[in-house]
Amino acid sequence: MPRPLHKEFLKGLWEEIPPFRLVLGLCPVLAVTMTVENGIGMGLATTFVLVCSNVLISILRNQIPPKVRIACYILVIATFVTIVDMLMQAFTYPLYQKLGIFIPLIVVNCVVLGRAEAFASKNSVLPSLADGLGIGIGFTLSLAALGALREAFGNGTLLGHSIFGPGYQPLTFLVEAPGAFIGLGILLGLMNLISQRR
Amino acid sequence: MQRWIRNFFDTHRPKFEKEGRFHRYHGLFEAFETIFFLPDSTTSQSPHIRDSLDLKRFMSIVILAIVPVALFGIYNTGFYACLAAGKSTAFLPSFMQGLLIFIPLLVVSYGVGFFWEALFAVRRGHGISEGFLVSGLLYPLILPPDLPLWQAAIGISFGVVIGKEIFGGTGRNLLNPALTARAFVFFAYPGQMSGDAVWISGGATDAVSGATALAISAQAEPGSQIPAMLDQAGLGLFELFVGRTPGSIGETSALLCLVGALILIITGVANWRIMVGGVLGVLGTGMLLNQLATGSLAAAMGLPAYYHLVMGGFAFGIVFMATDPVTAPGTDAARWLYGFLIGALTVLIRVFNPAYPEGTMLAILFMNLFAPLLDHFVIQIRLRKRISHV
Repeated sequence: MPRPLHKEFLKGLWEEIPPFRLVLGLCPVLAVTMTVENGIGMGLATTFVLVCSNVLISILRNQIPPKVRIACYILVIATFVTIVDMLMQAFTYPLYQKLGIFIPLIVVNCVVLGRAEAFASKNSVLPSLADGLGIGIGFTLSLAALGALREAFGNGTLLGHSIFGPGYQPLTFLVEAPGAFIGLGILLGLMNLISQRR
Repeated sequence: MQRWIRNFFDTHRPKFEKEGRFHRYHGLFEAFETIFFLPDSTTSQSPHIRDSLDLKRFMSIVILAIVPVALFGIYNTGFYACLAAGKSTAFLPSFMQGLLIFIPLLVVSYGVGFFWEALFAVRRGHGISEGFLVSGLLYPLILPPDLPLWQAAIGISFGVVIGKEIFGGTGRNLLNPALTARAFVFFAYPGQMSGDAVWISGGATDAVSGATALAISAQAEPGSQIPAMLDQAGLGLFELFVGRTPGSIGETSALLCLVGALILIITGVANWRIMVGGVLGVLGTGMLLNQLATGSLAAAMGLPAYYHLVMGGFAFGIVFMATDPVTAPGTDAARWLYGFLIGALTVLIRVFNPAYPEGTMLAILFMNLFAPLLDHFVIQIRLRKRISHV
């Protein structure tokens, strides 16, 4: 008996939210979350790829020979990444420039490949769609949260607006690499704390 | 008086015991009681008792060893602050000025640190550990004297919460909390922590050079003779050894760190292998670099190795920071290696990374992370030897 669709969707928002529960795809999480805008942009791009590749792989799951399945998944994913890459270049050029190499690198994002292997290859189209959408939105929320933490304290702004006033001395290290690790650790710890309470 | 205090604690104890109204806060109660009286309980976490010393005595001896360094640091800090401000640099005014700088930093360090300690202790229902008495004293000593107090407060919050409490409190931390706090301030507010402009910002005149010995060494052009430059800046070998130089409050005097080291070694509180290993590491690496030095490479490579022992915070770090029983390795072979690598890394960072003129802090934190691994390998090697004998 398959689980209802809304459960497949909702699990991506808390139970299996990447990268906190599903600790995958850490590279873009750490690299691009200097600001909220970057985080949301990266999250939405990944969501698009995740949903499309989940659906297509689910449709083709009985045609793909098991021995070469990873190569086939990568091919499908790469197709959609190319699409999103070109779309962003055409319509959101400043963001595209900021995210740089990390857009093409969605191809090797473990969240996308992981959902293809663990879910889409074993389930029918609709649950795969719900799964991709849930995990994708969860990923976007996580990136936005981490981006907000780092932008607010590391730069004193949120979405470009100053929040602490001009007297605030930013903790510049938060927008650099160590801040990404410490921020991720703090959010992960908070999530564990909340889960324990329940 | 004594009886009165005893009575006070005895009458209020039931409220803090199990079933009592304030059981939640029994950690706080014990902390205050044991300040006045010797506790009748024993420790359950490392640093473990090896003889009649308990954790409290252990920490008291460390504090005793720090006191000479701290007193001199206060005087020295005041001296340079007076010099920069153009005031009299006689002993007493300088010392008072130093107190005015040091006491607020110490109060912030203890106040904010104990707040977090107490919060976690009450929340977790365990006692407040004495370990912070030492960390809270060490922390202001390794700060530049003109650091704004709020930055010091944020730093010690990070050091206590992220460096210690998150890992389970005293005895379970991987990193030295005081150094973690300083590293945080160092990376978060590089403008105030850079160290090479410490005294210029404190005073109004440019006449007083603010450069520390390490800054001079790091910024020297290839081919220049650093010892001569140091002499010219009034930072000769003797001044550096005695500590009449600008720098972080407690770190300048290698001589008094040596006194502290002797106290710690004679009482058996700190491990001499780490300190000797560290000195050997500095000398070995320094001499190796001296051999490799040429006119076109970094000038600091040609600096005589013993200079590294007296410049900056190495003496303070290896005596008081690296020997922290919680974050240092627990086996003798690992201690030698740990100390040696701290020394070697300190010199390498100082010489080859001009962005970080002081390498001691980063070297100790880095080796803190490796301490459990070193212990692990030492134990594995021992086990393997034993098995072959069976």
